[in-house]
Formats: sequence, structure tokens, C-alpha cells
Amino acid sequence: MLTRRIIPCLDVDKGRVVKGTRFLELRDAGDPVECAVAYNNQGADELVFLDITASSDGRATMIDVVERTAERCFMPLTVGGGIRTVEDVKAMLRAGADKVSMNTAAIQNPSLVDAGANTFGCQCIVVAIDARSNKDGTWQVYTHGGRNRTELDAVEWAREVCRRGAGEILLTSMDADGTKAGYDITLTRAVSEAVSIPVIASGGAGNLDHMATVLSEGKADAVLAASIFHFGDFSVATVKDYLATQGVPVRRV
Amino acid sequence: MTGIIDYGGGNLQSVRNAVRALGHEPVLVHDADALEGVSSLIFPGQGAFSDCMTALEQRGLTGPLRDWIMADRPFFGICIGYQVLFEGGEENPGVPGLGILRGQVVRFAQQPGVKIPHMGWNTAHVVHPGHPAWASLGNDPFFYYVHSYYPQPEEEEVIAATTPYAGLEFAAAVERGRMFATQFHPEKSQATGLQLMGNFLSARD
Repeated sequence: MLTRRIIPCLDVDKGRVVKGTRFLELRDAGDPVECAVAYNNQGADELVFLDITASSDGRATMIDVVERTAERCFMPLTVGGGIRTVEDVKAMLRAGADKVSMNTAAIQNPSLVDAGANTFGCQCIVVAIDARSNKDGTWQVYTHGGRNRTELDAVEWAREVCRRGAGEILLTSMDADGTKAGYDITLTRAVSEAVSIPVIASGGAGNLDHMATVLSEGKADAVLAASIFHFGDFSVATVKDYLATQGVPVRRV
Repeated sequence: MTGIIDYGGGNLQSVRNAVRALGHEPVLVHDADALEGVSSLIFPGQGAFSDCMTALEQRGLTGPLRDWIMADRPFFGICIGYQVLFEGGEENPGVPGLGILRGQVVRFAQQPGVKIPHMGWNTAHVVHPGHPAWASLGNDPFFYYVHSYYPQPEEEEVIAATTPYAGLEFAAAVERGRMFATQFHPEKSQATGLQLMGNFLSARD
């Protein structure tokens, strides 16, 4: 049967992993390619690179990282950050990425979702949604790491990008992100039930039970996590072993 | 040499890298002339069914590709490169495929709780586990899938593997002679995928 995906995410700035990882076995834990290979060997189901490089001339560095990763990792690779045009999408796909994730650019120019999906297929287009809860039980879409509030309702925006041809939603709870107190189950479930495309839950992973809960009660199709993996708290294999005991279908290697 | 059909667009890099990692020399095939010297052909299709057929036509590859497969030369189709082997499909009604296999390509039916695309790692149940194409892979290996449409082969004997999704078992792979094609992406399926591609290349190169 189709298994739930476990997806490590690496933040990359000018070709270097930002938050730092503690892979003891790596010669250079700041090298995104080395980290990608380590996750590949652990049996990660996919990998996400989030390019947080501010300057546009740093983009070529990301393409180089993607090319070198694709030479060594035969697993699905998503690249987010700085994707603003169909040409940006094409460059990343040609370098060896399978999907691109767009966030602010999709909000500023929603037709980019349609254009990307029409040109390269919907499976390539991931829309990242950063959401924060309102007092009335709804969620608002934010940009720029949760600093800028938009007028968009998160569930409605998810429905719209689905209609426009997105193949997947990467949903981050800005309330939960960084807390290690667990994913936002209510938000994840609301979005997952509102759309027919897969939803990746992100933000708040602190322990294994958090992952199991968002996959079962939250109805997420996949979980994304960064620090829980980077700092060696858990390997991908450990996570999968635990999820299996909780009845979550996972692929174990 | 191992030819990889390239009609512009998506990610071919992974297939190229996989072929190299398996110790073979990949060459991109943009037109019929580039088939010269190619002994095995991989066709990683991307995008929509009609875009794929249009691009093949524009590059003068439709006829040569059909001839290649009909002559039973080694062929490995992936994803859309698998789907276009059939007569046509729901994605673009009225657009004929290569018509090498009988049957249509249909969309997963929309139903509550079922996500489309079918995306992620799923098993492929091997119909003939003893077959060399599946050597060292066991009976139900995991592969990576991402697709909303799937072929329904009319000739049941071509089905090499089936995969459960959306309440049915669809044909995840077909085989006839030296033609092999999969809905899943072996080039994205880590060691399992490389093993499958390696089985193809070592048997047929």
C-alpha cells in the first residue's frame, strides 16, 4: 500500500546548511550534499532543500548543490526558495530537482502555479503555505517566515492552488514551528480534508508521537522535519520503526 | 550506448545519473539521427500525454520509436514514457498514443480520502518473480510513484507488476519481449530502482 512519507528538510544559505547538523559520520556536516547522502542512506522518502539565500547571484550555487545531490541521491528532491518564474522552475528541474516549492511568488502571482503545472506537470509544483491561527478558529496565510500577514484564508488558498494545478501542499503552522510541541493537528486536518492533493505537514515536530499523530489524526500524507533529524535526536529509520508500531504504513529499508 | 529520449522540459538528469552510476554511458536522443549507435533506449516521459506525443512528432521520433519497439530492441519506458505505449487516454481524449499496446490510460476516480496524484512509495507486486528483470528485488519491492493516470492494458499477459491504490490494483509495469515499462520512477527509487534499471541494462546492453 501507499506509505506515508518522512521528509527531512535542509535550509541552505549560499550553498551551506544553515541550522547546522550533527552528523557525526560526515566530514563536512555543513555541506548539503553530504547531508542529503546521509538522509538517503537512512531511507528518507524524499528530501527538501529550502534555499534561503537572499541575493539573486547566490542562486547559481543552489543549482550546483542540486546537480551534485542528484548525482549521488536517487530519491525525490524538492527545492524551495527563490522560485519566481517558469524559467526558475525549469532551471531547477533541469539540474535534477523533481519538484519546486513556491510560497510568496504564488501569492503575488497565482498564475505561476497554473503556468508551472501546465508546462512541467502538476506533480512538479508544490505550494508552500505558512499559516497562523486566528481567534475565530480559521487560519491566515503569512509570508516572509510568518512576518507578513496576507488577506488569504489558509484553507481557501489551499483549495485555490489545488484548482490551479498544484500537485502538493507543504503546510507549515507558524504557531507550532520551532516549538517542538507538536504539529498543528487541526490545521493539517482542515487543509488535508479540503483538497484532493497530498499535504505535507511541517512545523512543531519534537518527538515521534507528534509525527504519528499528524499522520493519523491530522490526515497528513507526509511529514517534514528539520531539527529533529539534524541534531541526531532520531534517525529516519528510528522514526519509521516507531510509526510502524503505531499502525502508520511506512517504507522501511 | 544507452539512449535517453529528451524532448525538453523536466528532469532527465536523474535518469542520466542513474545510467552512469550503473556503469553505462548515457546519450541524450533529441532526434532520430541520435539513435545511431544506441543499443538500449530509455524513455522517461514527463508532463501531459498530448505534450509528449506532440514533442515526439515535432522531433520526428514517433515513427523511429515505434519501429524500435516493434523490432524488439531493448526499451525501458518510465511514467508518461509508459503511458504513451497505449492507444490513447482520458488526459487528452482524441490524441492517439503510440498504440503498441492495446488499452487506454485512465484517471484515478475522485473519491473521499483518496489523494490524486498517487504520490509516494508504494509496492509493486511482481507477477513473475523469477523473471530476470526483477532479479534481487523480491516479490513486493517499493518504488516511488507520482501520477494521476494509469494504463489499463487489454492484454493481461503483458502485465509484469501490479500496485494497489484507490481501491484497485493497477498495472504498474508491463513487459513484452525486450520492451519494459513502468509507471513508477526507478531513477527515484534508491537502491531498488537502480537494481531494476541495472537488471535491464545488463541483460540488454
